Amino acid sequence: MSENILKMEGISKSFPGVKALHNVDFVLRKGEIHALMGENGAGKSTLIKIITGVYQKDAGQIILDGRPVLFKSPQDAQNKGIGTVFQEIALCPNLTVAENMFIGRSQNPFVQWKQMNAKAAQMLSSLGIPASPTQELSSCSIAVQQMIAIARAVDMDCKILILDEPTSSLDEDEVKKLFELMRELKGRGVGIIFITHFIDQVYEISDRITVLRNGELIGEYQTAALPQIELISKMMGKALSDVSKIKKQEPLKSDSSVPVFEAMTLSSAAGVRPFNFTIQKGEVNGFAGLLGSGRSESVRAIFAADKVTGGEVKMKGKRVKIKTPLNAMKQGIGYLPEDRKGDGIIAELSVRDNIILALQVMKGFFRPLSRKQAEEFSNQYIEKLSIKTPSIDTPIKSLSGGNQQKVILARWLLTHPMFLILDEPTRGIDVGTKVEIQKLVLGLAEEGMSLTFISSEIDEMLRTCSRMIVIKDREIVGELSGMNLTEHDVMQAIAQGGERICQG
Amino acid sequence: MPRLKANLSHLSHLFLPLSVLLILIVINLVKGADYFSITMVNGAFYGNIPNILFGASELVILSIGMALVTAASQGQDISIGENATITSAVFVLFVLNAGEVTLFTILAGFLISCVAGLVIGAFNGALVSVFKVQPMVATLILFMGGRSIAFMIDGKLSPILANDISNQIGTVIPGVPIQTPTILTAVFIAIVAVVLKTTNLRLYVEAVGINPSAARLNGINPKKIIFLTFLIMGFCAAVAGFIAVNKAGRHDSVNLLKFIMMDAILAVAIGGNSLSGGKFNLTGSIIGAYTIEMLNRTLLRLEVETETIKAFKAVFIIILMVIASPVVRVFASKVLDKAKTLVASYSIRKIGGLNNAVVSNTDTSGKKEE
Repeated sequence: MSENILKMEGISKSFPGVKALHNVDFVLRKGEIHALMGENGAGKSTLIKIITGVYQKDAGQIILDGRPVLFKSPQDAQNKGIGTVFQEIALCPNLTVAENMFIGRSQNPFVQWKQMNAKAAQMLSSLGIPASPTQELSSCSIAVQQMIAIARAVDMDCKILILDEPTSSLDEDEVKKLFELMRELKGRGVGIIFITHFIDQVYEISDRITVLRNGELIGEYQTAALPQIELISKMMGKALSDVSKIKKQEPLKSDSSVPVFEAMTLSSAAGVRPFNFTIQKGEVNGFAGLLGSGRSESVRAIFAADKVTGGEVKMKGKRVKIKTPLNAMKQGIGYLPEDRKGDGIIAELSVRDNIILALQVMKGFFRPLSRKQAEEFSNQYIEKLSIKTPSIDTPIKSLSGGNQQKVILARWLLTHPMFLILDEPTRGIDVGTKVEIQKLVLGLAEEGMSLTFISSEIDEMLRTCSRMIVIKDREIVGELSGMNLTEHDVMQAIAQGGERICQG
Repeated sequence: MPRLKANLSHLSHLFLPLSVLLILIVINLVKGADYFSITMVNGAFYGNIPNILFGASELVILSIGMALVTAASQGQDISIGENATITSAVFVLFVLNAGEVTLFTILAGFLISCVAGLVIGAFNGALVSVFKVQPMVATLILFMGGRSIAFMIDGKLSPILANDISNQIGTVIPGVPIQTPTILTAVFIAIVAVVLKTTNLRLYVEAVGINPSAARLNGINPKKIIFLTFLIMGFCAAVAGFIAVNKAGRHDSVNLLKFIMMDAILAVAIGGNSLSGGKFNLTGSIIGAYTIEMLNRTLLRLEVETETIKAFKAVFIIILMVIASPVVRVFASKVLDKAKTLVASYSIRKIGGLNNAVVSNTDTSGKKEE
């Protein structure tokens, strides 16, 4: 039994009207990777914010290294050896790697460049981070940037490292590298708290799991002794037959009819090779490929989100011109972008305005919806998608990620598209909402909508898509269809590339 | 009840401008209780309030345009005074060359000056939206060159607008008790209100100002919207220039509406708008504009020397901005919370109608703080 570095007992925290944490215990041992799991709103962030000194607990006790402590501020927590790396990297992209690692830490008013770079180089090589101290941070990949943020935290002599969703924008190789780094740190005796929505990753790397639900502690478990399905049901609070119940349907065999959408040798300024694409009425298909393979760029080309440079498109067999997103919308195409924060939500606007936005733009500048209509539409979809929001006037930025995503979904459903493109609709949202969205996708297809569904989690695509277009290095390399596809088939198709695989 | 709540939350956005207005009124009342008194002179109202409404006309109109430009382009137009000088030079040039001055020539002159305003707006707007020049840098061009251009249009003179119609537009129409600029401003505000009601200007501008790339993916062309706000700004400048030149009775290229962009930007800020764009509040800007005019006149009334008036104004604004800063607001709401719990525990011990009233009072002020 290794010793405990951090012990939290009976932690409670309330906000006006909400009990965010109620009598929660949490123990972190030396040299372990401890996954903190729970759906959005379960209290994970609140707990983390208490550990990092952002919030003050209302009740309970925190014992660090056997001594009761009080974290007065984030600075205080950092000085006591708690390092945090958030999903969004809080570094300066236009400074060098070394500068980023040492910025704000020296009392000396002059910078000793040589010393700093040498120290950074040593640090990087000891942790196996493939970056040079003098290269600009923005020239590193996101994964490397994340590792540098971790290196920075580690170098500040941290005993506890908190990783909040570090993997959500990384591809598989990058995740692997990050995990190597985590194991290295674990070997050095650092206690790591790992928060993620990727359940597979939890099983790959963590030693122990603590599950929270609705601000209460559900339990602490040995990872190896807790089956996945049980973890999910503990997080959701109900037996999870839902996921397994999801059953995609046979693609409609209405091949005699013209496809809803058809693209021929379409290419865009974002650098996708000219590609062909068709989708039938009521079909759910998807682009499978690694992050950065060009799957987002391909669907963006369909929606004209990037400048279209060539090719032609047909809607229901008729040639149409789609040069701007508005053209695409008017043709009945909807597009839920991959980057929810950057391209999806209008953060300060209300839930209502965010829901009606696309419909409103389609109606035109001089034909605003009446307030009553707007409220009706919003309420209708808030109910239909069970969006949790205090009111329709609440700014969307104060909703949880999953609910924000549902608002964007509502925005597009309100326009009643024939063809809806969902690019990573389930990224960074809780398991419950993920399942809801997958069910919704299948439900919409049943009603006759055509959907393209992209996800980094292949099992989600397997569950929903009846046809998968395999994309590699910005080029379509194959297509998979059939009811009994497995993850292995998809991996193989991606790996082989170029060979057209068809399976019954 | 929910409607009332919505109204209250709307009021909370106006907390800053309204509280400043209140402070100024109190200061003025302390100085002399006759502050609100209005007298009739030759069939028109005169007094402090009509003077403020009259004096702030141009500023109010310009702050509306400024609020829109700020919201969409996340920057400010600093050439508005110069633009108004150019458009009014065009107006004066037309009227003086049109022979006999009739209502028609004035109207035609005004419309031509509006076209000039739109051209200027298009110039600034194109620089900002198409060429991606920062608004302040783009409008710096006309800020520096505008008065020279007006000077060239004037023909290096300071032409005088000596006709009855101009005089009436600049002051008062016999038989109408309210000054013409005040009426024109009211009409302008009404038109803006109608435009906001019948178009999606607010939604589009706010969407573009908050997240241009999301706006684009929802079919809005951010370039067009930014361009549009500069066009509107150009129109506002033309109207403001029209009022200003008729008020003055002559076209003084050097001093007409000099440095008014500072006041306009300030009005936008006092109105509770973020100067980095996004959501906007025109009511706030309008109240802010009147507040600034009131501040100017209050300082005059307190017999502050004209030379030092700017220093006093600066001090007042510093105090104002500090009070309204988020830091102080958070602190104030904490203090209020404590006060509320204290009062609440007090009233539990001693339940009475009066105490309840106190509680509900602190309640609403607490809400305002939020």
